[in-house]
Amino acid sequence: MRLSDIGIFLFFVNCVFTNNFIFSRFLGNCPYLGVSNKLETATGMGAAVTFVMGIASLFTYLSYSYILVPLNLQYLNTIAFILIIAALVQFVEMFMKKSLPALYSALGIYLPLITTNCAVLGVALLNMNSGYNLLESVLSGVFGALGFLLAIVLMAGVRERLESSDIPKAFKGFPISLIIAGLMSVAFLGFSGLVK
Amino acid sequence: MTLRVSTGPHILTRENTQTLMLDVLIALAPATAAGIFLFGLRAAWVLCVAVVAAVVSEYAWQKLMKKSVTVHDLSAVVTGLIIGLNMPAGAPLWMPAIGSIAAIILVKQLFGGMGHNFMNPAMVARAFLLASWPARMTTFLLPERLLGSTQASLGVDIISGATPLVSQKLGISSGVPLSDLFLGNIPGSIGEVCKIAILIGFLYMLVVKAISWHVPVFFLGSVALMTWLIGGDPLVALLSGGVLFGAVFMATDYVTNPMLRVGQAVFGIGCGLMVVIIRSWGAYPEGVTYAILFMNCLTPLIDRFISRKVYGMVKKNA
Amino acid sequence: MPKKISLRGTFVNGILAENPTFRLVLGTCPTIAVTTSAINGVGMGLAATFVLIGSNVVISMLRNFIPNKVRIPAFVVVICTFVTMIQLFMQAFMPSLYDALGIFLPLIVVNCIILARAEAYASKNPVLASAVDGLGMGFGFTLAMLLMGSVRELLGNGSIFGLNLLGASFEPALLFILAPGGFLIYGLLLGIINGLGNRRKHNKAIKEVKAA
Repeated sequence: MRLSDIGIFLFFVNCVFTNNFIFSRFLGNCPYLGVSNKLETATGMGAAVTFVMGIASLFTYLSYSYILVPLNLQYLNTIAFILIIAALVQFVEMFMKKSLPALYSALGIYLPLITTNCAVLGVALLNMNSGYNLLESVLSGVFGALGFLLAIVLMAGVRERLESSDIPKAFKGFPISLIIAGLMSVAFLGFSGLVK
Repeated sequence: MTLRVSTGPHILTRENTQTLMLDVLIALAPATAAGIFLFGLRAAWVLCVAVVAAVVSEYAWQKLMKKSVTVHDLSAVVTGLIIGLNMPAGAPLWMPAIGSIAAIILVKQLFGGMGHNFMNPAMVARAFLLASWPARMTTFLLPERLLGSTQASLGVDIISGATPLVSQKLGISSGVPLSDLFLGNIPGSIGEVCKIAILIGFLYMLVVKAISWHVPVFFLGSVALMTWLIGGDPLVALLSGGVLFGAVFMATDYVTNPMLRVGQAVFGIGCGLMVVIIRSWGAYPEGVTYAILFMNCLTPLIDRFISRKVYGMVKKNA
Repeated sequence: MPKKISLRGTFVNGILAENPTFRLVLGTCPTIAVTTSAINGVGMGLAATFVLIGSNVVISMLRNFIPNKVRIPAFVVVICTFVTMIQLFMQAFMPSLYDALGIFLPLIVVNCIILARAEAYASKNPVLASAVDGLGMGFGFTLAMLLMGSVRELLGNGSIFGLNLLGASFEPALLFILAPGGFLIYGLLLGIINGLGNRRKHNKAIKEVKAA
């Protein structure tokens, strides 16, 4: 689904709704299940992931097109991408610590954890597999992350509401979150076919 | 400090819930009667199985979990009946049973029971069944008997079993006269076809104050408006498919829709928009199920942000 | 000093007490994504096991040489090497499984299980123990994937490993091989296993009180 075929609005709808990173692609489950119990932290995590995914898409695209392909080293893409992402998160951390200290302390440990978020590496690999150009790669990274943000914020809204509910002890925590995710993904099935 | 705006019948006692549910059942009676009249004995069986399965699973769960049994508050009966009314009349009986069990156990009891579900159980059941057995759930029988009409006057597409919405999706004019849409002489699920029966129920619930008018009016209004804006016939849109039934009986579930009136209006508009979007561009001919479910997901956030705006600060729970 | 556990204990730990999928709840992305059939689930499990054992062994061998500050990137490079190895191997010799696993094969690199074991175990324990831990965890993961994959395939397709088990009159519920099915089955299995675990603890506690 190329940008030139469907235009930016439908590209957005595709990344956020029809092929939502959590509900369709299963990328980013760990923070989605782990960081979604409070709305504020969920929003912060979503915002940080959006930022990282956009930049990661950019740099992984550049490294793939201008370094790996010319040198015929495509099979090293996994290693190259993950190192870029790890370095990127380090830089973002250092930058935030200096320039945006409030946000840095608000995110706390969640910032370095973005390195292991399969959505970040996942979007880089997806971009490459889909043959996206630079603009498409960056947009798919940013929009995909916005879909993640939507999912995690919806989850936080529901989980906060359930705080006083008498959920069976065996299901408290992860199991009920998974069931919430399952029910939400049923709702998101409605978005299929919107972008052809 | 957790500042939470919570829904659910914290101020309702069991007697109040029962009264409310009784009113809903009375409101559902015309649609139920119409459905059985139109579709015959099979429909009655489907409804029975759905209700019994819902009540039995709630009873069994509560007994097993050593909780107090609340089936006499009639909420399981209502859920079961609505599930049944959402089924095609020809559905094999195990389908409404599975739907009811999933709705009661998965959507309601696992989350803490009455008032704690975040999605409408009957709606989830329908979506669950639709996703699992798409062919079965979209095969609708013709009515066995008709209300004030004859077989000869029905359009060709109706004889073939395609619902008006399916025809619309395929771009064929279904040629169904408005009167048939209104009275229910069309294929569709048991409860959704007879619009006049639904409207009678709607009026009853408004009169006894079982529901407020905001969600249904904004829901139907936005469906009509948006359909008109994209060049369709608003009246046909309102009388086709499950919109009327959904707007009156499922979107009005007070547990899963926003608390404040403004929020309810937003909820209704959101549902309406999504229905038209899915009907026009999505993969399915009918979008009511997914529209309501998606808006259910948004309800906690709507509650949070609308209350902040209305009161200027977040409400504190005592 | 952590108490000495036998190698057998370490192995069983990864399968039962600290099962990565059902106890530690790590590596949830592939657990939901590739368990649409039993064979895909097992394939992923075995690939991850290979990477886990390999990385645990190498990291354990190098544990006294890796500076603490760069340990995470170092672990990632080691894990990546093994992931690339299994990627190339599968691409050459198991193309249909390679296609079925899609991007989740390279995503083993960020599978929390592997990094977590490297950090929690391999970097602090001798080589043989680390290898056994990797084997146990990998086996536990594979068994979990087998369970999830089998349940989903059975309910969603009426088969396990492609063998039609429930006969022609069974109408499979497609939902279970779709996205919602993955989340719901995982959640239900996790809840049931938690419940069984709680009951065992409860009974054990009662026994101890009675014995006292």
